[in-house]
Amino acid sequence: MAKVLILVDHASGKVAKTAGELATFAKRAGDCIGLILAPEGQSQALSEQLANTVIGQVIAVESNDFAKHGQACLLDAITQIVEKVKPDAILIPSTSAGKEIAGRLAIRLNSGVITDAIDFASDLSATQSVFGGSFTVASKVSAGIPVITIRPSAIEAEVGSSAPAFEKVDAVISEKAKRVTITDSKPAVKGGRPELTEAKVVISGGRGTNGDFKPVEALADLLGAAVGASRAATDAGWYPHTHQVGQTGKTVSPQLYLACGISGAIQHRAGMQTSKTIVAINKDPEAPIFDVADFGVVGDLFAVLPQVGQAISAKRA
Amino acid sequence: MVNGLLDRASVDAVLNDLDEYAIEEALRIVEPLNSAGATHSITLISMGPDRASEAIRKGLSMGADEAILISDPALSGSDALTTSKVLAKVISEGGFDLVFCGTESTDARMSVIPAMLAERLGWAQLTFAGSVKVDPSSSSVEIARMSESGVEVMSASLPCVVSVIEKINEPRYPSFKGIMAAKKKTIATKSLSDIGISPSEVGISGAWSAVLDAKARPPRDKGIKIEDSGEGGLKLAEFLQEKRLV
Repeated sequence: MAKVLILVDHASGKVAKTAGELATFAKRAGDCIGLILAPEGQSQALSEQLANTVIGQVIAVESNDFAKHGQACLLDAITQIVEKVKPDAILIPSTSAGKEIAGRLAIRLNSGVITDAIDFASDLSATQSVFGGSFTVASKVSAGIPVITIRPSAIEAEVGSSAPAFEKVDAVISEKAKRVTITDSKPAVKGGRPELTEAKVVISGGRGTNGDFKPVEALADLLGAAVGASRAATDAGWYPHTHQVGQTGKTVSPQLYLACGISGAIQHRAGMQTSKTIVAINKDPEAPIFDVADFGVVGDLFAVLPQVGQAISAKRA
Repeated sequence: MVNGLLDRASVDAVLNDLDEYAIEEALRIVEPLNSAGATHSITLISMGPDRASEAIRKGLSMGADEAILISDPALSGSDALTTSKVLAKVISEGGFDLVFCGTESTDARMSVIPAMLAERLGWAQLTFAGSVKVDPSSSSVEIARMSESGVEVMSASLPCVVSVIEKINEPRYPSFKGIMAAKKKTIATKSLSDIGISPSEVGISGAWSAVLDAKARPPRDKGIKIEDSGEGGLKLAEFLQEKRLV
Protein backbone atom coordinates (compact mmCIF):
# COMPACT_ATOMS: atom_id res chain seq x y z
CA MET A 1 0.00 0.00 0.00
CA ALA A 2 1.44 3.33 -1.04
CA LYS A 3 1.74 6.21 1.42
CA VAL A 4 0.95 9.69 0.15
CA LEU A 5 1.91 12.77 2.16
CA ILE A 6 -0.21 15.86 1.55
CA LEU A 7 0.57 19.41 2.66
CA VAL A 8 -2.44 20.84 4.50
CA ASP A 9 -2.73 24.51 3.61
CA HIS A 10 -4.30 26.91 6.10
CA ALA A 11 -4.73 30.61 6.75
CA SER A 12 -6.02 32.61 9.72
CA GLY A 13 -6.70 29.44 11.71
CA LYS A 14 -8.78 27.72 9.04
CA VAL A 15 -7.72 24.81 6.85
CA ALA A 16 -8.09 25.39 3.12
CA LYS A 17 -10.53 23.28 1.16
CA THR A 18 -7.62 21.96 -0.92
CA ALA A 19 -6.84 19.61 2.01
CA GLY A 20 -9.93 17.49 1.31
CA GLU A 21 -9.27 17.57 -2.43
CA LEU A 22 -5.65 16.43 -2.13
CA ALA A 23 -6.72 13.70 0.28
CA THR A 24 -9.26 12.43 -2.25
CA PHE A 25 -6.51 12.07 -4.86
CA ALA A 26 -4.08 10.56 -2.33
CA LYS A 27 -6.59 7.83 -1.38
CA ARG A 28 -6.51 6.54 -4.96
CA ALA A 29 -2.91 5.47 -4.41
CA GLY A 30 -3.06 4.40 -0.78
CA ASP A 31 -2.99 5.88 2.72
CA CYS A 32 -3.17 9.64 3.09
CA ILE A 33 -1.07 11.40 5.71
CA GLY A 34 -1.73 15.09 6.23
CA LEU A 35 1.16 17.36 7.19
CA ILE A 36 0.24 20.49 9.15
CA LEU A 37 2.89 23.17 9.66
CA ALA A 38 1.52 25.73 12.10
CA PRO A 39 2.44 28.32 14.72
CA GLU A 40 2.92 27.10 18.30
CA GLY A 41 -0.28 25.76 19.83
CA GLN A 42 -2.43 25.81 16.70
CA SER A 43 -1.98 22.45 14.98
CA GLN A 44 -4.45 20.39 17.03
CA ALA A 45 -7.32 22.79 16.30
CA LEU A 46 -6.44 22.71 12.61
CA SER A 47 -6.29 18.92 12.63
CA GLU A 48 -9.78 18.74 14.15
CA GLN A 49 -11.13 20.61 11.13
CA LEU A 50 -10.05 17.68 8.96
CA ALA A 51 -12.67 15.28 10.39
CA ASN A 52 -14.80 15.64 7.25
CA THR A 53 -11.92 14.66 4.95
CA VAL A 54 -10.48 11.24 4.10
CA ILE A 55 -7.14 12.04 5.77
CA GLY A 56 -6.37 9.10 8.07
CA GLN A 57 -3.40 10.48 9.96
CA VAL A 58 -2.03 13.93 10.71
CA ILE A 59 1.56 14.79 11.48
CA ALA A 60 2.04 18.30 12.83
CA VAL A 61 5.12 20.44 13.27
CA GLU A 62 4.74 23.65 15.27
CA SER A 63 7.11 26.59 15.02
CA ASN A 64 6.74 30.35 15.14
CA ASP A 65 9.58 30.57 12.60
CA PHE A 66 7.15 29.61 9.81
CA ALA A 67 5.33 32.92 10.00
CA LYS A 68 8.46 34.88 10.86
CA HIS A 69 10.85 33.57 8.21
CA GLY A 70 8.62 31.96 5.60
CA GLN A 71 9.13 29.22 3.06
CA ALA A 72 12.69 28.12 3.78
CA CYS A 73 11.62 27.15 7.32
CA LEU A 74 8.62 25.21 5.99
CA LEU A 75 11.03 23.36 3.70
CA ASP A 76 13.30 22.35 6.57
CA ALA A 77 10.31 20.86 8.39
CA ILE A 78 8.86 19.12 5.33
CA THR A 79 12.21 17.57 4.42
CA GLN A 80 12.60 16.11 7.90
CA ILE A 81 9.07 14.69 7.91
CA VAL A 82 9.62 13.16 4.47
CA GLU A 83 12.78 11.44 5.75
CA LYS A 84 10.81 10.09 8.71
CA VAL A 85 7.61 9.03 6.90
CA LYS A 86 9.21 7.93 3.61
CA PRO A 87 6.10 8.57 1.50
CA ASP A 88 5.71 7.28 -2.06
CA ALA A 89 4.43 10.64 -3.29
CA ILE A 90 3.94 14.17 -1.98
CA LEU A 91 0.94 16.29 -2.98
CA ILE A 92 0.94 20.07 -2.47
CA PRO A 93 -1.77 22.62 -3.37
CA SER A 94 -0.88 24.44 -6.60
CA THR A 95 -0.85 27.93 -5.14
CA SER A 96 1.96 30.45 -5.74
CA ALA A 97 3.68 29.38 -2.54
CA GLY A 98 2.80 25.70 -3.00
CA LYS A 99 4.52 25.55 -6.38
CA GLU A 100 7.63 27.26 -4.98
CA ILE A 101 7.78 24.85 -2.06
CA ALA A 102 7.36 21.90 -4.43
CA GLY A 103 10.17 23.12 -6.69
CA ARG A 104 12.59 23.58 -3.81
CA LEU A 105 11.57 20.31 -2.17
CA ALA A 106 12.24 18.40 -5.40
CA ILE A 107 15.78 19.78 -5.42
CA ARG A 108 16.34 18.78 -1.80
CA LEU A 109 14.96 15.29 -2.37
CA ASN A 110 16.65 14.85 -5.74
CA SER A 111 13.19 14.15 -7.13
CA GLY A 112 11.14 15.08 -10.14
CA VAL A 113 8.32 17.61 -9.81
CA ILE A 114 5.06 18.08 -11.70
CA THR A 115 3.19 21.35 -11.17
CA ASP A 116 -0.41 22.37 -11.77
CA ALA A 117 -1.76 18.84 -12.13
CA ILE A 118 -5.49 18.45 -12.69
CA ASP A 119 -5.53 14.70 -12.04
CA PHE A 120 -3.56 12.11 -10.07
CA ALA A 121 -3.76 8.37 -10.61
CA SER A 122 -3.12 5.31 -8.43
CA ASP A 123 0.14 4.63 -10.31
CA LEU A 124 1.35 8.05 -9.02
CA SER A 125 1.19 9.64 -12.47
CA ALA A 126 -0.27 13.11 -12.88
CA THR A 127 -2.13 14.89 -15.65
CA GLN A 128 -1.56 18.50 -16.61
CA SER A 129 -3.57 20.73 -18.87
CA VAL A 130 -1.23 22.60 -21.23
CA PHE A 131 -1.33 25.18 -24.03
CA GLY A 132 -4.27 26.98 -22.49
CA GLY A 133 -6.22 23.78 -21.90
CA SER A 134 -6.09 22.56 -25.48
CA PHE A 135 -3.98 19.50 -24.58
CA THR A 136 -3.75 17.18 -21.60
CA VAL A 137 -0.45 15.50 -20.77
CA ALA A 138 -0.04 12.58 -18.39
CA SER A 139 3.43 12.17 -16.95
CA LYS A 140 5.20 10.26 -14.27
CA VAL A 141 8.15 11.26 -12.15
CA SER A 142 11.05 8.97 -12.93
CA ALA A 143 13.49 9.93 -10.17
CA GLY A 144 13.06 10.14 -6.40
CA ILE A 145 9.77 10.72 -4.59
CA PRO A 146 7.25 12.35 -6.95
CA VAL A 147 6.42 15.90 -5.81
CA ILE A 148 3.16 17.01 -7.41
CA THR A 149 1.19 20.22 -7.06
CA ILE A 150 -2.55 19.91 -7.62
CA ARG A 151 -4.70 22.72 -8.94
CA PRO A 152 -7.43 23.78 -6.48
CA SER A 153 -10.95 22.53 -7.37
CA ALA A 154 -9.52 19.79 -9.63
CA ILE A 155 -11.76 17.28 -7.85
CA GLU A 156 -14.83 17.24 -5.61
CA ALA A 157 -13.52 16.34 -2.14
CA GLU A 158 -14.70 12.99 -0.80
CA VAL A 159 -16.32 13.33 2.60
CA GLY A 160 -14.86 11.39 5.53
CA SER A 161 -16.46 10.71 8.86
CA SER A 162 -13.75 10.44 11.47
CA ALA A 163 -11.09 12.73 12.85
CA PRO A 164 -7.57 11.75 11.75
CA ALA A 165 -5.08 10.35 14.25
CA PHE A 166 -2.97 13.29 15.45
CA GLU A 167 0.72 13.29 16.21
CA LYS A 168 2.99 16.26 16.93
CA VAL A 169 6.60 15.92 15.82
CA ASP A 170 9.62 18.16 16.39
CA ALA A 171 11.70 19.48 13.51
CA VAL A 172 14.92 21.46 13.56
CA ILE A 173 14.83 24.76 11.71
CA SER A 174 18.31 25.65 10.48
CA GLU A 175 19.81 29.11 10.89
CA LYS A 176 20.22 29.48 7.13
CA ALA A 177 16.47 28.98 6.67
CA LYS A 178 15.99 32.24 8.59
CA ARG A 179 17.62 34.49 5.98
CA VAL A 180 14.31 36.14 5.14
CA THR A 181 12.38 38.08 7.78
CA ILE A 182 8.68 38.79 7.33
CA THR A 183 7.91 42.10 8.96
CA ASP A 184 4.28 42.58 8.02
CA SER A 185 1.55 40.34 6.70
CA LYS A 186 -1.90 41.22 5.46
CA PRO A 187 -4.05 38.25 4.45
CA ALA A 188 -6.04 38.75 1.26
CA VAL A 189 -9.25 40.57 2.05
CA LYS A 190 -11.91 37.92 1.79
CA GLY A 191 -15.15 39.48 0.83
CA GLY A 192 -18.17 37.28 1.21
CA ARG A 193 -17.11 35.65 -2.05
CA PRO A 194 -15.06 32.51 -2.57
CA GLU A 195 -11.50 32.54 -3.90
CA LEU A 196 -11.46 32.72 -7.72
CA THR A 197 -9.40 29.58 -8.29
CA GLU A 198 -11.34 27.58 -5.70
CA ALA A 199 -14.92 28.55 -6.60
CA LYS A 200 -17.39 26.10 -8.10
CA VAL A 201 -19.03 28.92 -10.03
CA VAL A 202 -17.21 31.90 -11.56
CA ILE A 203 -18.97 34.88 -13.12
CA SER A 204 -16.72 37.19 -15.12
CA GLY A 205 -17.27 40.60 -16.63
CA GLY A 206 -15.48 42.21 -19.55
CA ARG A 207 -15.59 45.23 -21.80
CA GLY A 208 -19.36 44.86 -22.13
CA THR A 209 -19.87 45.85 -18.49
CA ASN A 210 -18.64 49.35 -19.34
CA GLY A 211 -17.14 49.44 -15.89
CA ASP A 212 -20.35 48.56 -14.06
CA PHE A 213 -19.85 45.20 -12.33
CA LYS A 214 -23.01 45.50 -10.20
CA PRO A 215 -25.14 42.99 -12.15
CA VAL A 216 -22.19 40.56 -12.27
CA GLU A 217 -21.63 40.85 -8.52
CA ALA A 218 -25.33 40.58 -7.72
CA LEU A 219 -25.69 37.26 -9.54
CA ALA A 220 -22.37 36.05 -8.09
CA ASP A 221 -23.67 36.66 -4.58
CA LEU A 222 -26.94 34.92 -5.33
CA LEU A 223 -25.08 31.84 -6.61
CA GLY A 224 -22.21 31.93 -4.09
CA ALA A 225 -19.86 32.50 -7.00
CA ALA A 226 -16.49 34.18 -7.38
CA VAL A 227 -16.16 37.24 -9.61
CA GLY A 228 -13.63 37.28 -12.44
CA ALA A 229 -12.73 39.86 -15.06
CA SER A 230 -11.18 39.97 -18.51
CA ARG A 231 -7.91 41.75 -19.11
CA ALA A 232 -9.79 44.54 -20.88
CA ALA A 233 -11.77 45.15 -17.69
CA THR A 234 -8.78 45.04 -15.34
CA ASP A 235 -6.59 47.17 -17.60
CA ALA A 236 -9.35 49.78 -17.70
CA GLY A 237 -9.22 49.82 -13.91
CA TRP A 238 -12.80 48.56 -13.58
CA TYR A 239 -11.85 45.56 -11.47
CA PRO A 240 -8.71 44.58 -9.49
CA HIS A 241 -5.97 42.72 -11.39
CA THR A 242 -6.12 39.93 -8.82
CA HIS A 243 -9.43 38.95 -10.43
CA GLN A 244 -8.11 38.69 -13.98
CA VAL A 245 -8.86 35.40 -15.71
CA GLY A 246 -6.64 34.44 -18.64
CA GLN A 247 -3.14 33.77 -19.82
CA THR A 248 -1.53 36.53 -17.78
CA GLY A 249 -4.03 36.18 -14.95
CA LYS A 250 -5.55 33.22 -13.15
CA THR A 251 -6.52 29.90 -14.66
CA VAL A 252 -9.89 28.65 -13.44
CA SER A 253 -11.82 25.49 -14.14
CA PRO A 254 -15.05 25.69 -12.17
CA GLN A 255 -18.21 23.63 -12.66
CA LEU A 256 -19.82 26.70 -14.22
CA TYR A 257 -18.16 29.69 -15.89
CA LEU A 258 -20.37 32.58 -16.92
CA ALA A 259 -18.72 35.10 -19.26
CA CYS A 260 -20.59 38.42 -19.41
CA GLY A 261 -19.65 40.98 -22.03
CA ILE A 262 -16.39 39.16 -22.78
CA SER A 263 -15.50 38.67 -26.43
CA GLY A 264 -13.38 35.61 -25.66
CA ALA A 265 -9.93 36.38 -27.03
CA ILE A 266 -7.63 33.36 -27.08
CA GLN A 267 -5.73 34.74 -24.07
CA HIS A 268 -8.94 34.81 -22.03
CA ARG A 269 -10.06 31.38 -23.21
CA ALA A 270 -6.68 29.97 -22.12
CA GLY A 271 -7.66 30.79 -18.56
CA MET A 272 -11.16 29.31 -18.53
CA GLN A 273 -11.78 26.80 -21.31
CA THR A 274 -11.34 23.76 -19.08
CA SER A 275 -14.43 24.85 -17.10
CA LYS A 276 -17.06 22.07 -17.03
CA THR A 277 -19.91 24.21 -18.35
CA ILE A 278 -19.46 27.57 -20.05
CA VAL A 279 -22.20 30.15 -20.50
CA ALA A 280 -21.71 33.37 -22.44
CA ILE A 281 -23.73 36.55 -22.69
CA ASN A 282 -22.61 39.00 -25.37
CA LYS A 283 -24.24 41.56 -27.65
CA ASP A 284 -22.05 40.53 -30.58
CA PRO A 285 -23.32 37.27 -32.15
CA GLU A 286 -19.89 36.79 -33.76
CA ALA A 287 -17.95 36.97 -30.47
CA PRO A 288 -15.49 34.04 -30.29
CA ILE A 289 -16.62 33.25 -26.74
CA PHE A 290 -19.69 31.59 -28.28
CA ASP A 291 -17.39 28.99 -29.92
CA VAL A 292 -16.63 27.50 -26.50
CA ALA A 293 -19.96 28.19 -24.82
CA ASP A 294 -22.37 25.39 -23.96
CA PHE A 295 -25.11 27.99 -23.74
CA GLY A 296 -24.89 31.42 -25.31
CA VAL A 297 -27.25 34.37 -25.11
CA VAL A 298 -26.88 37.07 -27.72
CA GLY A 299 -28.07 40.02 -25.74
CA ASP A 300 -27.38 42.78 -23.24
CA LEU A 301 -25.94 41.55 -19.95
CA PHE A 302 -27.72 44.41 -18.14
CA ALA A 303 -31.05 42.88 -19.17
CA VAL A 304 -30.15 39.19 -19.07
CA LEU A 305 -28.29 38.91 -15.75
CA PRO A 306 -31.03 40.46 -13.54
CA GLN A 307 -33.60 38.24 -15.25
CA VAL A 308 -31.52 35.13 -14.48
CA GLY A 309 -31.30 36.25 -10.86
CA GLN A 310 -35.02 36.83 -10.58
CA ALA A 311 -35.86 33.47 -12.17
CA ILE A 312 -33.54 31.59 -9.82
CA SER A 313 -34.78 33.47 -6.74
CA ALA A 314 -38.39 32.78 -7.74
CA LYS A 315 -37.68 29.07 -8.09
CA ARG A 316 -35.98 28.96 -4.69
CA ALA A 317 -38.77 30.82 -2.91
CA MET B 1 28.57 45.21 -4.99
CA VAL B 2 27.83 44.01 -8.46
CA ASN B 3 24.23 43.55 -9.49
CA GLY B 4 23.33 40.55 -11.53
CA LEU B 5 20.20 40.22 -13.53
CA LEU B 6 18.73 37.02 -14.68
CA ASP B 7 16.53 36.77 -17.66
CA ARG B 8 15.08 33.46 -18.74
CA ALA B 9 14.07 34.33 -22.27
CA SER B 10 11.54 32.04 -23.85
CA VAL B 11 12.39 29.65 -26.67
CA ASP B 12 10.82 32.03 -29.13
CA ALA B 13 13.27 34.80 -29.74
CA VAL B 14 10.98 37.29 -28.10
CA LEU B 15 11.90 38.86 -24.81
CA ASN B 16 9.45 37.45 -22.36
CA ASP B 17 7.11 40.27 -21.30
CA LEU B 18 7.50 39.38 -17.67
CA ASP B 19 11.27 39.50 -17.92
CA GLU B 20 11.08 43.05 -19.20
CA TYR B 21 9.61 43.97 -15.83
CA ALA B 22 12.63 42.35 -14.16
CA ILE B 23 15.09 44.24 -16.36
CA GLU B 24 13.23 47.51 -15.80
CA GLU B 25 13.25 47.03 -12.03
CA ALA B 26 16.98 46.28 -12.00
CA LEU B 27 17.63 49.41 -14.05
CA ARG B 28 15.53 51.52 -11.70
CA ILE B 29 17.53 50.28 -8.74
CA VAL B 30 20.98 50.53 -10.29
CA GLU B 31 20.69 53.81 -12.20
CA PRO B 32 20.26 56.16 -9.21
CA LEU B 33 23.05 54.39 -7.32
CA ASN B 34 25.41 54.71 -10.27
CA SER B 35 24.46 58.38 -10.72
CA ALA B 36 25.58 58.85 -7.13
CA GLY B 37 28.97 57.39 -7.92
CA ALA B 38 28.54 53.63 -7.54
CA THR B 39 29.72 51.24 -10.26
CA HIS B 40 27.12 48.49 -10.38
CA SER B 41 26.59 46.58 -13.55
CA ILE B 42 23.70 44.52 -14.90
CA THR B 43 24.26 41.24 -16.69
CA LEU B 44 21.48 39.44 -18.57
CA ILE B 45 21.66 35.69 -18.27
CA SER B 46 19.56 33.49 -20.48
CA MET B 47 19.37 29.87 -21.51
CA GLY B 48 18.07 29.14 -24.97
CA PRO B 49 18.93 28.59 -28.61
CA ASP B 50 21.25 31.00 -30.44
CA ARG B 51 18.32 32.99 -31.78
CA ALA B 52 17.53 34.02 -28.20
CA SER B 53 20.27 36.60 -28.70
CA GLU B 54 17.74 38.86 -30.45
CA ALA B 55 15.73 38.98 -27.25
CA ILE B 56 18.85 39.64 -25.22
CA ARG B 57 19.75 42.49 -27.57
CA LYS B 58 16.49 44.16 -26.59
CA GLY B 59 17.40 43.90 -22.92
CA LEU B 60 20.80 45.41 -23.66
CA SER B 61 19.18 48.28 -25.53
CA MET B 62 16.99 48.93 -22.50
CA GLY B 63 20.23 49.57 -20.60
CA ALA B 64 21.74 46.31 -19.29
CA ASP B 65 25.55 46.22 -19.56
CA GLU B 66 26.35 42.76 -20.85
CA ALA B 67 24.86 39.32 -21.39
CA ILE B 68 25.60 35.63 -21.08
CA LEU B 69 23.69 33.16 -23.26
CA ILE B 70 23.96 29.48 -22.46
CA SER B 71 23.21 27.66 -25.65
CA ASP B 72 23.76 23.98 -26.29
CA PRO B 73 21.85 21.44 -28.39
CA ALA B 74 21.83 19.12 -25.37
CA LEU B 75 19.66 21.60 -23.46
CA SER B 76 16.66 21.08 -25.69
CA GLY B 77 13.79 19.57 -23.69
CA SER B 78 15.16 20.74 -20.36
CA ASP B 79 12.69 21.04 -17.51
CA ALA B 80 12.65 23.60 -14.69
CA LEU B 81 14.96 21.49 -12.53
CA THR B 82 17.61 21.46 -15.26
CA THR B 83 17.10 25.08 -16.25
CA SER B 84 17.58 26.17 -12.64
CA LYS B 85 20.68 24.01 -12.35
CA VAL B 86 22.33 25.57 -15.40
CA LEU B 87 21.39 29.12 -14.43
CA ALA B 88 22.52 28.62 -10.82
CA LYS B 89 25.91 27.39 -12.02
CA VAL B 90 26.45 30.51 -14.11
CA ILE B 91 25.17 32.83 -11.38
CA SER B 92 27.31 31.27 -8.66
CA GLU B 93 30.43 31.76 -10.74
CA GLY B 94 29.65 35.32 -11.80
CA GLY B 95 30.14 37.09 -8.48
CA PHE B 96 26.60 38.47 -8.48
CA ASP B 97 24.72 39.72 -5.43
CA LEU B 98 21.21 40.14 -6.69
CA VAL B 99 19.22 38.22 -9.27
CA PHE B 100 16.02 39.58 -10.77
CA CYS B 101 13.61 37.24 -12.56
CA GLY B 102 10.21 37.53 -14.12
CA THR B 103 7.59 35.58 -12.21
CA GLU B 104 6.45 33.28 -14.94
CA SER B 105 7.64 32.64 -18.45
CA THR B 106 4.74 32.96 -20.83
CA ASP B 107 5.72 29.77 -22.68
CA ALA B 108 5.71 27.42 -19.72
CA ARG B 109 3.47 28.27 -16.81
CA MET B 110 5.98 27.27 -14.22
CA SER B 111 6.76 30.06 -11.82
CA VAL B 112 9.14 27.97 -9.78
CA ILE B 113 12.49 28.84 -11.37
CA PRO B 114 13.20 31.79 -9.01
CA ALA B 115 12.48 29.65 -5.93
CA MET B 116 14.59 26.83 -7.36
CA LEU B 117 17.46 29.26 -7.93
CA ALA B 118 17.27 30.41 -4.32
CA GLU B 119 17.37 26.79 -3.19
CA ARG B 120 20.31 25.85 -5.41
CA LEU B 121 22.31 28.99 -4.60
CA GLY B 122 21.44 28.95 -0.91
CA TRP B 123 20.37 32.60 -1.25
CA ALA B 124 17.39 34.38 0.28
CA GLN B 125 14.17 34.00 -1.72
CA LEU B 126 12.19 37.24 -2.21
CA THR B 127 9.60 36.31 -4.82
CA PHE B 128 6.36 37.72 -6.27
CA ALA B 129 7.55 41.24 -5.51
CA GLY B 130 5.08 44.03 -6.23
CA SER B 131 7.68 46.54 -5.01
CA VAL B 132 11.41 46.33 -4.31
CA LYS B 133 13.61 48.55 -2.14
CA VAL B 134 17.37 48.09 -1.96
CA ASP B 135 19.29 49.67 0.91
CA PRO B 136 22.95 49.81 -0.17
CA SER B 137 24.18 50.93 3.26
CA SER B 138 22.94 47.74 4.95
CA SER B 139 23.18 45.57 1.80
CA SER B 140 19.60 44.51 2.28
CA VAL B 141 16.53 44.20 0.11
CA GLU B 142 12.89 44.62 1.12
CA ILE B 143 9.97 43.55 -1.03
CA ALA B 144 6.19 43.41 -0.79
CA ARG B 145 5.23 39.89 -1.83
CA MET B 146 1.87 39.94 -3.56
CA SER B 147 0.06 36.67 -4.13
CA GLU B 148 -3.43 35.23 -3.85
CA SER B 149 -2.88 34.74 -0.12
CA GLY B 150 -2.30 38.45 0.51
CA VAL B 151 0.56 40.90 0.92
CA GLU B 152 3.68 40.19 2.96
CA VAL B 153 6.52 42.62 3.56
CA MET B 154 9.80 40.72 3.80
CA SER B 155 13.46 41.57 3.82
CA ALA B 156 16.82 39.85 3.61
CA SER B 157 20.51 40.61 3.31
CA LEU B 158 22.26 40.10 -0.01
CA PRO B 159 22.67 37.84 -1.87
CA CYS B 160 19.01 37.42 -2.87
CA VAL B 161 16.87 36.09 -5.66
CA VAL B 162 14.03 38.51 -6.41
CA SER B 163 11.16 37.78 -8.77
CA VAL B 164 8.86 40.59 -9.80
CA ILE B 165 5.21 40.43 -10.76
CA GLU B 166 3.69 42.03 -13.80
CA LYS B 167 2.54 45.59 -13.03
CA ILE B 168 5.50 46.36 -10.76
CA ASN B 169 6.55 48.99 -13.29
CA GLU B 170 6.11 50.18 -16.85
CA PRO B 171 9.08 48.82 -18.83
CA ARG B 172 10.79 51.47 -20.96
CA TYR B 173 11.04 51.32 -24.72
CA PRO B 174 14.65 51.16 -25.85
CA SER B 175 15.76 54.61 -27.03
CA PHE B 176 17.60 55.11 -30.31
CA LYS B 177 20.73 55.82 -28.29
CA GLY B 178 20.16 52.62 -26.32
CA ILE B 179 19.72 50.55 -29.47
CA MET B 180 22.94 51.92 -30.94
CA ALA B 181 24.83 51.37 -27.68
CA ALA B 182 23.56 47.78 -27.46
CA LYS B 183 25.21 46.95 -30.77
CA LYS B 184 28.59 47.46 -29.10
CA LYS B 185 27.79 45.36 -26.02
CA THR B 186 28.96 41.79 -25.87
CA ILE B 187 26.84 38.67 -25.59
CA ALA B 188 29.03 35.86 -24.30
CA THR B 189 27.69 32.60 -25.72
CA LYS B 190 28.64 29.58 -23.64
CA SER B 191 28.18 25.88 -24.17
CA LEU B 192 27.60 23.35 -21.40
CA SER B 193 31.24 22.34 -21.40
CA ASP B 194 32.20 26.03 -21.03
CA ILE B 195 30.26 26.17 -17.77
CA GLY B 196 31.29 22.72 -16.63
CA ILE B 197 28.03 20.76 -16.83
CA SER B 198 27.88 17.35 -18.49
CA PRO B 199 25.31 16.92 -21.31
CA SER B 200 24.05 13.73 -19.58
CA GLU B 201 22.79 15.86 -16.66
CA VAL B 202 20.48 17.96 -18.82
CA GLY B 203 17.86 17.83 -21.56
CA ILE B 204 15.68 14.80 -22.12
CA SER B 205 18.30 12.40 -20.74
CA GLY B 206 18.51 14.38 -17.51
CA ALA B 207 14.75 14.90 -17.19
CA TRP B 208 13.17 13.97 -13.89
CA SER B 209 9.84 12.96 -15.29
CA ALA B 210 8.62 11.21 -18.39
CA VAL B 211 5.53 11.94 -20.46
CA LEU B 212 3.25 8.92 -20.64
CA ASP B 213 0.59 10.31 -22.89
CA ALA B 214 -0.39 13.59 -24.52
CA LYS B 215 -3.67 14.20 -26.23
CA ALA B 216 -5.60 17.08 -27.65
CA ARG B 217 -8.55 17.98 -25.52
CA PRO B 218 -11.69 16.86 -27.35
CA PRO B 219 -13.42 19.85 -28.92
CA ARG B 220 -16.39 21.11 -26.92
CA ASP B 221 -19.75 19.97 -28.24
CA LYS B 222 -21.54 22.64 -30.16
CA GLY B 223 -23.53 24.62 -27.65
CA ILE B 224 -26.91 26.24 -27.76
CA LYS B 225 -27.03 29.88 -28.85
CA ILE B 226 -30.16 31.96 -28.46
CA GLU B 227 -31.08 35.50 -29.35
CA ASP B 228 -32.41 37.52 -26.42
CA SER B 229 -35.82 38.80 -27.31
CA GLY B 230 -36.85 39.60 -23.78
CA GLU B 231 -36.71 36.09 -22.34
CA GLY B 232 -32.99 35.28 -22.70
CA GLY B 233 -32.42 35.39 -18.96
CA LEU B 234 -35.34 33.07 -18.24
CA LYS B 235 -34.07 30.54 -20.77
CA LEU B 236 -30.58 30.73 -19.34
CA ALA B 237 -31.94 30.18 -15.83
CA GLU B 238 -33.86 27.12 -17.09
CA PHE B 239 -30.68 25.73 -18.68
CA LEU B 240 -28.74 26.18 -15.43
CA GLN B 241 -31.49 24.55 -13.37
CA GLU B 242 -31.81 21.63 -15.79
CA LYS B 243 -28.07 21.05 -15.55
CA ARG B 244 -28.32 21.37 -11.74
CA LEU B 245 -25.69 24.08 -11.79
CA VAL B 246 -27.60 26.43 -9.49
